[in-house]
Amino acid sequence: MDEKLLVIEELCVDFPTEKGPIRPVDRVSLEIRKGAITGLVGESGCGKSMTARAVMNLIKKPGKMTGGRILLEGKDLGRMPSKERRMLQGREISMIFQDPMSSLNPVMKVGKQVDEAIRLHERVNAGEARRRTVEMFAAVGIPDPERRYEAYPHQLSGGLRQRVMIAMAMICRPKLLIADEPTTALDVTVEAQILDLMEKLREGGTSILLISHNLGVIARMCEDVYVMYAGKIVEHADVETIFEDPVHPYTKGLLRAVTSLQEEDKTLETIPGNVPQLDELPSGCRFSNRCAFAMDRCRTEEPMLLEKEGRACACFLEDNKK
Amino acid sequence: MKDALRRMIRANKLSLVSLIVIFLLILFSILAPWLTPYGEADIDLMHRLSPPSAEHLLGTDEAGRDVLTRLLYGSRVSLMVGIVPTLLSMVIGAVLGVLAGYLGGVVDSIIMRLADIVLAFPSMLLAMVIMYTLGDGLFNVFLTLTLMNWGTVARIARAETLKLKTVDYVEAARSIGMTKWRIIRKHILPNCLPMLIVLFTLNVPSAILTESALSFLGLGIQPPSASWGLMVNTGRQYLFNAPWLSFAPSGAIMLAVLSFNFLGDGLRDAIDPRLRRR
Repeated sequence: MDEKLLVIEELCVDFPTEKGPIRPVDRVSLEIRKGAITGLVGESGCGKSMTARAVMNLIKKPGKMTGGRILLEGKDLGRMPSKERRMLQGREISMIFQDPMSSLNPVMKVGKQVDEAIRLHERVNAGEARRRTVEMFAAVGIPDPERRYEAYPHQLSGGLRQRVMIAMAMICRPKLLIADEPTTALDVTVEAQILDLMEKLREGGTSILLISHNLGVIARMCEDVYVMYAGKIVEHADVETIFEDPVHPYTKGLLRAVTSLQEEDKTLETIPGNVPQLDELPSGCRFSNRCAFAMDRCRTEEPMLLEKEGRACACFLEDNKK
Repeated sequence: MKDALRRMIRANKLSLVSLIVIFLLILFSILAPWLTPYGEADIDLMHRLSPPSAEHLLGTDEAGRDVLTRLLYGSRVSLMVGIVPTLLSMVIGAVLGVLAGYLGGVVDSIIMRLADIVLAFPSMLLAMVIMYTLGDGLFNVFLTLTLMNWGTVARIARAETLKLKTVDYVEAARSIGMTKWRIIRKHILPNCLPMLIVLFTLNVPSAILTESALSFLGLGIQPPSASWGLMVNTGRQYLFNAPWLSFAPSGAIMLAVLSFNFLGDGLRDAIDPRLRRR
């Protein structure tokens, strides 16, 4: 059960700018257990998607993965010949994107697009590919799959399109599915259906990396949670621990912002300020300029992510407790 | 494609008319020798510049040649010059432009610098250089027009590709392990197609007109052979005493050009599934 499917070690992604390189993903380490849903939470622009893109080899130029390793069942993806790595994508790892409106080719029938995914990896004829696509459409809950096979993307609703995307990602039964904010662009009711579907996929044996800024979704779906802030993992624990007993002030702040909404006569609590720009990070702890508990030490020294009893946190407050 | 044609005809009557007109123009140009009793270069100096009559439906020109006959024979040259080099330059330009846009780097630089050279060179001068060195003749006109036009097409195709390259569905295709050739074939080219069709319909008329300019300079089709452009140019001198000389070929050019434009519009709409009515 505790076998690791994907291990990311000290991953760094750099983008050169006029003022020198910025690093949207800074020494991020992350583990995904087999058969689990792992959550990655954080505000917009904190490097969640960039981490996922690094795994899929989709970092846009001039960005580059500059350090660390990505291991899928012990195989180092970065050291693989590019052809081998490409063959692995779609067959062992696949990804679904935030916006199902733009993730499908508007001039190609959706069924054909899913066929493409099969035929990239397996030698099947057109009839067989079509049969499997229709079967997969039914499995991801697309009503009337035979007819939908012939549809063009603009003829489908957002929810159906996201299901097509999931069908495309799942058609070769990958071991890992990376879902980058899969429900952000959808209605709440459709969101619930898509999340149900993902849970079903997990029961079928697929591990999922769920990226979201929605703590409700994370609480409902995930077993392990990583909290990211300004390109770094700041806290990691299992889902109960994160929600019941968060340690990092950033995690606490995120949670307060949600729970304050549930109690009636409280005003919405927010974390003051914004995520700092990557070219003007505060010295020391990256959260220090927004943190209510910041000490002198926080402004000069950067806290390390320290593991203790199955959880990890990058904060000096934790040191002081000892 | 058959599907698209059927849809186009149902949705857009104007494009159907255009299709018929183009078909008829091509048919007439093939059947020219059987449609008229006169020869392309039959000179009849007794009947110079005679106005339209029962014998000469569109009158005769300065050498007494039948204008309708020359119009029919001229359509062979003009239609071919309109279509063949345009198609060639579209194919070459689209392929090179998409490659430049998608592959980037050195390939992009080489292709685009070549295109820049073609575009920066005064096109008439380029045409004159080619025609002077290779001699005149239909094939060399094709070659010249192709060389003159591929640069623009490549530029536009490249811009479109750069836009499409970062679109989510291309990223999604990459994420499931699609090779770049397949992405170009399945995603980039089909999405460039509407733009290419519009460009085609714009380039056909300009090719017809360029040919007439070349002929005027004595570099294209040589008299006594006829082409529409050549006829307009010779008719120009007699504009006031024999207007039919230039009006007839001008009308033919306009008809062909408009038909290609309408056909292009209809085709573009028919190919785009988002504009389909069920």
